[in-house]
Amino acid sequence: MNIILADDDADDRTLFEEAIDEIEIKTKLSLFNDGKALMDYLLLPNCMLPEIIFLDLNMPIKDGLQCLTEIRENETLRNVCVAIYSTSSSEEDIEETFVKGANIYINKPNSFKALKKAVERVLKLNWQYHTSTLNRDNFLLRL
Amino acid sequence: MILNIKVNYMLICRTVLKEQLDALDVDYSIKSLGEIEFKKKPSEAQFLKLTEAFEKYGIELLEDSQNGLVQLIKEAIAHLLNNVEDVRKYNISTYLTEELKYSYSYLSTLFSEATHSSIENFIILKKIDLAKHMIIHKNLTLTEIAYSLNYSSVAHLSAQFKKTTGLTPSTFQRIIKKRKEREVMP
Repeated sequence: MNIILADDDADDRTLFEEAIDEIEIKTKLSLFNDGKALMDYLLLPNCMLPEIIFLDLNMPIKDGLQCLTEIRENETLRNVCVAIYSTSSSEEDIEETFVKGANIYINKPNSFKALKKAVERVLKLNWQYHTSTLNRDNFLLRL
Repeated sequence: MILNIKVNYMLICRTVLKEQLDALDVDYSIKSLGEIEFKKKPSEAQFLKLTEAFEKYGIELLEDSQNGLVQLIKEAIAHLLNNVEDVRKYNISTYLTEELKYSYSYLSTLFSEATHSSIENFIILKKIDLAKHMIIHKNLTLTEIAYSLNYSSVAHLSAQFKKTTGLTPSTFQRIIKKRKEREVMP
């Protein structure tokens, strides 16, 4: 499974990478430091589209919400599963990202164990959506 | 205007399979949807013809019979959940055993190994998926939805909805409604 994380915090990227390494589902992870680098990559003509994009909300140059909006407006990227990965836990923020087209909202967990569990749950659920007749339009998950 | 239709997917599939297999002129029997038995092994040419014919309908020949069985389990669950009377009448494990002619413990182990998830979890996921559909498209109350998916109470349905999606049914409904208003594609 191909997945992407865009996050400007180096520690958060490292933790995420370690969590991915430890779970049982085989995964190839690509990392980006900001929203612009992510979008430039996704818009490359031969880009291998990932199954899930994990997006931090607060990033320099181009923030997560902007990326989300661009992804949902783009014909080829539109159907990729987007998971917001953020420290904000304001109900309004969360609802707004869902309305703008996010599938998943993860509050950055405060322990490595919780992070691993969250990532594992997201990958498994996305796999079910991929292989079963579940309606992707209604795929919303808040962790 | 919007016209609502009810579709019998099983019947459609069976009809398509029958039409295409009849055209092939071989001796076969459809054991269940997703499992076809040939009296004699079809030739390479016949296989090729069948693959092409099925492709148009999104039907794939699976090499691996175990993978096929997992799909069958999923389809049987979907079929059962779509039928209110049957959902209330059958226990899922009995239903799967009767439909697929394998013991529940075999099906259950196979399913878990292939999908990283248990049959029970899949059923919950599927039920909540149907509940979402009913909330959005059918304007049903939670009481009606709980009844048609065989939940013992509205509280049970709401709790399972919250546990599965992290959202309450009303928050979910609000989000989808706002998306539609702003024409956001998910």
